[in-house]
Amino acid sequence: MTNGSLYREVPPTAPAGAALKGGAGLPLLRTEGLCKHYPGVDALVDVDFELAPGEVHVLFGENGAGKSTLISILAGANQPTRGQVYANGEPATLANVREARARGISAVFQEFSLVPQLTVAENLFLGAEPTKHGLLDRGGEIKRAQELLERLGFPLRADRQVQYLSRAEQQMVEIAKAFRSDLSVLILDEPTASLTERETESLFALIAQAKARGVGIIYITHRIAEIRRIADRVTVLRDGRKVGMMDAAHADETTLIQMMSGRPISQIFPKVKYAPAEVVLRAERISTEDGSVRDVSIEVRSGEIVGIAGLVGCGKSEVARACYGLLPLAKGKVTFAGQDVRGATPRRMLDLGFSYLPPDRHKEGLVLSRSSVENVSLPALHLGAFSSGIFLKRRAERQTVSNLARELQLHPFDIDRDVGTFSGGNQQKVLIGKMLTREVKLFVFDEPTVGVDVSTRVSIYQLIAQLCEGGAAVLVISSDLPEILHLCNRAYVMFRGHVQVELQEGQITEDRVLSHFFERAA
Amino acid sequence: MAERVMERQAQGYEQKLQQIFVAVGVLPILLVVAVVLFSFMSDYFLSFNNIANVLRQSSYLTIVALGQMVVMVTAGFDLSVGSTLAVTSVTSALAMSGIAAGNPDAPWLAIGGGVVVGFACGLSVGIINGLGVALLSVSPFIMTLGMASVGFCAALYLTAGMPVRGIPYEFADTFGSGGFLGLKAPVWVALVLFIAVYLLMTWTRFGRHFYAVGGNIKAAALSGVNTRRTLFLAYAICAALTSIAGLLLTARMETGEANIGTSMPLQSIAACVIAGVSLRGGTGKVPYVVLGALFFGVVENGMNVSGVSSYLQIGVTGLILIFAAVADEFRRRLSARTKD
Ligand SMILES: Nc1ncnc2c1ncn2[C@@H]1O[C@H](COP(=O)(O)OP(=O)(O)O)[C@@H](O)[C@H]1O
Ligand SMILES: [Mg+2]
Repeated sequence: MTNGSLYREVPPTAPAGAALKGGAGLPLLRTEGLCKHYPGVDALVDVDFELAPGEVHVLFGENGAGKSTLISILAGANQPTRGQVYANGEPATLANVREARARGISAVFQEFSLVPQLTVAENLFLGAEPTKHGLLDRGGEIKRAQELLERLGFPLRADRQVQYLSRAEQQMVEIAKAFRSDLSVLILDEPTASLTERETESLFALIAQAKARGVGIIYITHRIAEIRRIADRVTVLRDGRKVGMMDAAHADETTLIQMMSGRPISQIFPKVKYAPAEVVLRAERISTEDGSVRDVSIEVRSGEIVGIAGLVGCGKSEVARACYGLLPLAKGKVTFAGQDVRGATPRRMLDLGFSYLPPDRHKEGLVLSRSSVENVSLPALHLGAFSSGIFLKRRAERQTVSNLARELQLHPFDIDRDVGTFSGGNQQKVLIGKMLTREVKLFVFDEPTVGVDVSTRVSIYQLIAQLCEGGAAVLVISSDLPEILHLCNRAYVMFRGHVQVELQEGQITEDRVLSHFFERAA
Repeated sequence: MAERVMERQAQGYEQKLQQIFVAVGVLPILLVVAVVLFSFMSDYFLSFNNIANVLRQSSYLTIVALGQMVVMVTAGFDLSVGSTLAVTSVTSALAMSGIAAGNPDAPWLAIGGGVVVGFACGLSVGIINGLGVALLSVSPFIMTLGMASVGFCAALYLTAGMPVRGIPYEFADTFGSGGFLGLKAPVWVALVLFIAVYLLMTWTRFGRHFYAVGGNIKAAALSGVNTRRTLFLAYAICAALTSIAGLLLTARMETGEANIGTSMPLQSIAACVIAGVSLRGGTGKVPYVVLGALFFGVVENGMNVSGVSSYLQIGVTGLILIFAAVADEFRRRLSARTKD
């Protein structure tokens, strides 16, 4: 940092693609026959990968394909079972994160490595604290941190405690940490997962800036749109193996999804018959006490799938939570199944037939230290199916859950295992199983497919379609645009706590939805 | 040849041992080791009298640990169990001696009255804990630490620090030294309570709710569980069990004492932890907690009968606890390695 340059000097090379095709420039990083074995699973099998200076190389693949394992090895956080990593053409051992950093390789993992109680500046210089006369140079630290943040264009104050920052801001600190020393390889693991559109834009601008200076970027994503937007090349992984590598220009949606899932998926989204019947949920001009929802009216009928789209933080989730009794209302009226339910508790809403699937299965959805049996039956435990008097009918409970697990194709099929030991997709199946143990009039799915693999995603969509055709009302709240476009019969688009527009069947197009994401329609 | 066979056999045993260790944890193994060790150190140790004695000595801790476990499963702990014992003991003794002084011919009237008063006073400590934790969201540490002081203070204030005498001797005779089929009354009470708590935790909705609230309180709330009532109940149940232990201890000592439970918070938490009850909540099995309490009873008794100095004993208990935690961590890693 002392020379004021954020980037390692890179000899001027031809653009990434040309350099490699001609075989002239050396790749920044290359792996040969990389293998990683965990007990019972080969996370990586003979993976060859390379990264050229100034390119954005996307790693694409289902959950569990081995993406995170690959980058953790490249970042020195993990050691391969076999195979070799080359940095600038020489064999390199990256025994730990420090050694990788010394070679200019920095990673921003999904799990942040920040100390919440320390300030932004203290986190940035953790492990390399500037000193003066043998004591910490606290003033200098803050000043240098602030300079770094400004150079990167991050609107953050260096003296704030990290625990008070939003997830996007914490990610900025992680990225700034990578830029603290000379950088030649930047690794980003699903960086946009929790960013708003605007934050995503500024991340992309930063990536472009780094790229122009010759930094190589490894970028993990689930989102096909992002590949179009920023990638130069794409490597697709499946079950720990490299399925293929191609120029981003040739990476169309169908090819990518087929490579990733290993089978042709002609139809991800099922066609749902649109047969709206009576109104099940009606919210009339509701506002929440915390101001996250203002003057919103929506209704959902049985036999239809209604979507709510919008940016992260636009209040779309809060509308459902207010109806479910999780957020206190300041104004307005909520009617469910013909009853006024203002001020109702989740317990009462459940008993009336309102089932809510929370967006964060770890935080609010599942009791990770308990089994599938106990998790699935929890919302319905007091019903006759699972208990008589205060005593539980444990055999009936097991039978019900076992049947549900089979229907949902829980894998591994072991309903006594702690839910925390399942993969993300299978945890989501357990979470959905919780909604299916009792009679339900309205299913609310808040981000139903976050962090699940494609095959689970498809089966979730099919289930949603079945529920709707079985006569239930369905509300889908989603940040995943295709979900709104292809699955919903009707959709609301929200912005800053208001409903911007209601789109009827046949009107839900990408342009229409996106045009209401940002400002109030005039 | 023979050597090779023996080696293979040894390896087989080792693997078996590992499997047992992963399956049942460190506690049963520790218990067996302790029993074997002490039976070598003292002939008396395995005699029927001594075993009955160990069971009786452990019964009080067992009952309190059962209550402690209920609270720990909800991701809390109760530091006021010692004061609950003290309050119960002192108030029940005061009530008994008071009533007995007025009605010398009706000892069972005094006993009944004393039991009701003592139990109610002990339970009230748990009710206040429960209200603080569930309604006011005070952290369990602060709430129960505070009540530990308040309860101890009340017990001291009521007795001016002196033992309360004048308990009808029928009380001590029946619930202290009395017995049935060779086992003392507190052992039978502990057995009944063990079964009751086992049923509660594994076979009722309430038990299920304790685990769910301790494992993830938000998920429980969203699933329609009344989390406040659940938390409140946990502290109330813990105090109720502790009060029963307090009554039994009073009967045993034939006096009401304010300082009968000073080591109980630590011991009961230790018994739970060594039994695999997580400090983070959401896990724990009732039979193991009983084994945990028994284990500490065995160690204490074994060291007594084999003449280990009482100063050393305190240290040994601490070391065992740390060892158990280390072994448990090792087991977790081993089980991750041996999975599929
Ligand atoms: N520490 C670990 N121990 C055991 N298995 C692991 C570990 N880390 C990852 N795996 C397994 O390796 C595979 C690849 O995981 P990962 O690299 O995280 O996939 P991705 O990031 O593509 O979703 C998965 O099957 C996962 O369960
Ligand atoms: Mg990953």
